[in-house]
Formats: sequence, structure tokens, C-alpha cells
Amino acid sequence: MKRWLPVLLPVISITAAVSLWDLAVVLSRTDIFPRPHEVILAIGELVSRGVLFNYIIASLFRVSVGFTLATLVGVPLGLTLGWFRPALWAINPIIQILRPISPIAWIPVAILWFRVDDRAPIFLIFLASVFPITVSSLAAVQNIQPVYVRAAENFGLRGFALFRRVIFPACLPQILTGLRIAMGIAWLVVVAAEMIAVNSGLGYLIIDARNAGKRYDLVVAGMLMIGLIGLFLDFLIRQLELFDEVKWGYSQRN
Amino acid sequence: MDNPRPIIEVRGLRMQFAGKTAPIVVLESIDLNVVRGEFVCIVGPSGCGKSTLLNIIAGFLKPTAGEVLVNGTQVSGPNPQRIFVFQENGVFPWLTVEQNIGFGLDRLSPNEKAPIIQRYVDMVGLTKFEKLYPRELSGGMRQRVEIARALAANPDIIYMDEPFGALDFLTRLKMRADLTRIWQEERKTILFVTHDIEESVQLADRVIVLSPRPGKIQKDLAIDLPRPRDLDSSAYLETRDEIFHTMGMSLRVGSEQGSPREPTTNRL
Repeated sequence: MKRWLPVLLPVISITAAVSLWDLAVVLSRTDIFPRPHEVILAIGELVSRGVLFNYIIASLFRVSVGFTLATLVGVPLGLTLGWFRPALWAINPIIQILRPISPIAWIPVAILWFRVDDRAPIFLIFLASVFPITVSSLAAVQNIQPVYVRAAENFGLRGFALFRRVIFPACLPQILTGLRIAMGIAWLVVVAAEMIAVNSGLGYLIIDARNAGKRYDLVVAGMLMIGLIGLFLDFLIRQLELFDEVKWGYSQRN
Repeated sequence: MDNPRPIIEVRGLRMQFAGKTAPIVVLESIDLNVVRGEFVCIVGPSGCGKSTLLNIIAGFLKPTAGEVLVNGTQVSGPNPQRIFVFQENGVFPWLTVEQNIGFGLDRLSPNEKAPIIQRYVDMVGLTKFEKLYPRELSGGMRQRVEIARALAANPDIIYMDEPFGALDFLTRLKMRADLTRIWQEERKTILFVTHDIEESVQLADRVIVLSPRPGKIQKDLAIDLPRPRDLDSSAYLETRDEIFHTMGMSLRVGSEQGSPREPTTNRL
């Protein structure tokens, strides 16, 4: 019995939630909000129209580019800020002021700079993910066990070699945690960005389905896809945490 | 023998840290010479500055006054010729056992590295564990990796700061026996800090006893007993008791002759 619980319980809870949803729709006699099976049919419709796959690719493309750029900037920037105090003093105030600004607030600026173009959502995703990545890399350097740095210095490591052979690997588990958080935020933001700045992608699907005929079955179908893909992306990043080079950093979690 | 100059010379060393009102003097008038190949233990009550002394000699800390010379040159920082084995274990968790042991050999080609790594893997008794990561090892095995890593770099001196402090009693005994064997094979100069008097008498050629803070050298005692040491011999027990006595503790309390641990540990 115990072995089946981790599978059984989620099945029960999801079934219950979907049933509750269906019951609520039926009882409320709404003809706008879809029932669960209508959402499944809507997904089928999107597939047969050939847009679902394209929209998913469009969203994933924007997230990948923006997220990759943010990683390429954020990790080196965070590590540098964490290691060189003067750099931290100089740059950190700017980061701390920009960081609390929601990426959504940048949408008008993004449209001004990039118009209705792929670059606008990519820019927003970059902004959304670069701060968590930078801050987690910075914190990783600051939290590094002093004994690793001392041992490295004892073996004569300095400069880039010290960074490559000790600082970076010592920080990697915490950097990955930052990447995971950033990926979650990036996926939230791409949907918002696509509602305004472009005419493809899952965010566009949702806002378009609502504006062009109140097709709430398509709206909820889009939401469901966003949830499932977000879960999948998180799963992918979690796989990185299983590598032996970083596993030590996640203690006792099995 | 042909080089009479000591490998380590400590002269007029003094160390103080800033305190809330007055500076705290941790070490005072420390003069110490260590000869090449010697195994020297520094013992003292906790807080006496023995670990600070080792960190100064290794170049991790700058003394307030005085100087440390190694091979006649003033120490200005850590150096691969003198490897430090840390109390809190400095083995890199992202590297395997063999990668850790080969860490100081990056100037060599893989073909040159492999036999050296293998030699020290075998010497510390980690054969068949080469591919494992530190998190998969016990505390004692991790300390073995760190000792092997230090030896593989072929330094002149190995500094050890309570390397067995976190291990259980039986593991500690085994580690001491193995360290004695390894030292006899490699003949490195070892400077070993411990609060454990028995450990020092089991391991060292010479035991330096520091006084409570501010730490001064209270006694410098040569231990001329054959290895491996017989822990029941009267010579061993006399030496041990002499150090206990120096540190202000009498072992012969009442009738508890055979168990020094009970009455003494509380007072340490």
C-alpha cells in the first residue's frame, strides 16, 4: 500500500480537482467558462489547426534565448561581484534598484526599443532571469566554504585557475538553484510579454482567444499547456542537480 | 644530516587580535626550530593559540611580531611546498577520490599522474575507492584523501591541524597507526596540532606543550620511543603523564589510575 501512495494520492487529488471544476461549471450554468472535456477538445482543435505546436515552439524559443543570455551575463557577473569587493560596492546598488522592478513594468520600454518583434519578449525574459541568476551566483561565492579557498591557495592556485578549478565548481550547486528559480520566472514572464508584444506563442494564444470571440475553452487550454510545459522545464533543470559534480551541494535530499 | 639548518625556524613570535577594550594576546615569545624529517606535535589546552600558531607558520596568518623562516626564507604566504591538512576537511566534494589526490599534480600529464595517484591511494588504504566522491566516504576516509592529496604534491612539510579531531575514537587510533606508518615511509617533516595528549605522545618525535592563553612554549619534550609505540609500556605512560602534569593535571586522582579520560577531559 505504502509503495503506491506517492502515485495514488496525486491521481486522487487531480481527479477530485477536475471533478470539482466540472461540478462548479455545471452548477453555475455558465456558458462562457469551459468544462474539462471541452478544454481537451480545444487542445485537439489547436493541434488540428496546427497552431499549438508552433506556439509552444515560439514561446520556448524566446525563453531559451532570453534565459541563455541571462545565464551568460548573470553567472560571470555574480561570480565577479562576489569575489571582488570593489566591484560589488560599485555595481550592487544598481542591481538592487533594478531588481524589484517587475519585468511587466518594462513592457512599454521594450516595445519602444524593439517594437512588436521577438526581441521585445526576449529582452523581458532576459531582464526577469538575469537578476536571480546574478544574485544567486553572488551569494554562492560569498557562502563558499573558506577551507576550499585556503586549500586551493595552498596548492598555488591564483587568478583564473583558482576560479576555474575551485571557485566555480564550489559555487555550481547554488548557481543551479538560481537558474531553476530564474527559469520559473522566465516562463511566467514570456506569457505576459506575448500578450502585448508579439502575435505568436502561448501568451498570445490566450489573449487572442479571449479577444477574438471569448473562446474560454482555448484560454484554459493555453493555461493548461503553460502549466504542463513549466513543470517539464523545471523537471529538466532538476536533472542537472543529479550530476555528481553538484550533488554534494544538495545535502540529505536524496 | 648534511644540512644542519632547521627547516622551520620561528623567532620571537607574538600574535594579538583586536579585543573590545584591550588587544587579546594569543601567542607570546614563541621560539621554535624543527629539523627536516621531524614529526613534531603541538599540544595545549583549547584556546591556547596552537591552531593560530600553525596558521602563522603555514603563512595563512601574519604574526603581530616575529618571523617564520622555512628553508631559511621568510614565509609570506601559503606555498605548495608546504601543504596544510585542515581540521574541517578541505577535500573538494566535486572531485572524486583520485581527482582530489591528483589535485596538486596538474603540471603533469595524465600518464605521469596516474602512478603517483595510485601509489598514494594505496598508501592511505583507499584502493577500490578511487572513483567515489567524498560524500560517499566516511569521515575517516575523507581525512585519508586529504592526507594523500598532501603527500602526492610531494611537499617538504605537512601541517596538520587536529586532522583527527572529528573522528570517533577507534577510527582515530587507526588513523594514528597509519599516519605513523606513512611518515616512516615518506619521512616528511610534519607539524601536527592536537589537544589530545595521548595522540601527541603516540605520534611525535617531539611534543611542544603550549600554556593557556597567551600561549607560550611551556615544555619541549623529545620522545625517544620506538615505533610502533607500545601504549602500555611504562616509558610511554611516564611521558604521557609528564605532559599531563605540565598542563596542570594530575592523573593519579584517588584510585582511578587506569582511566585518564574520565577525570581529565572535563578540565581541558
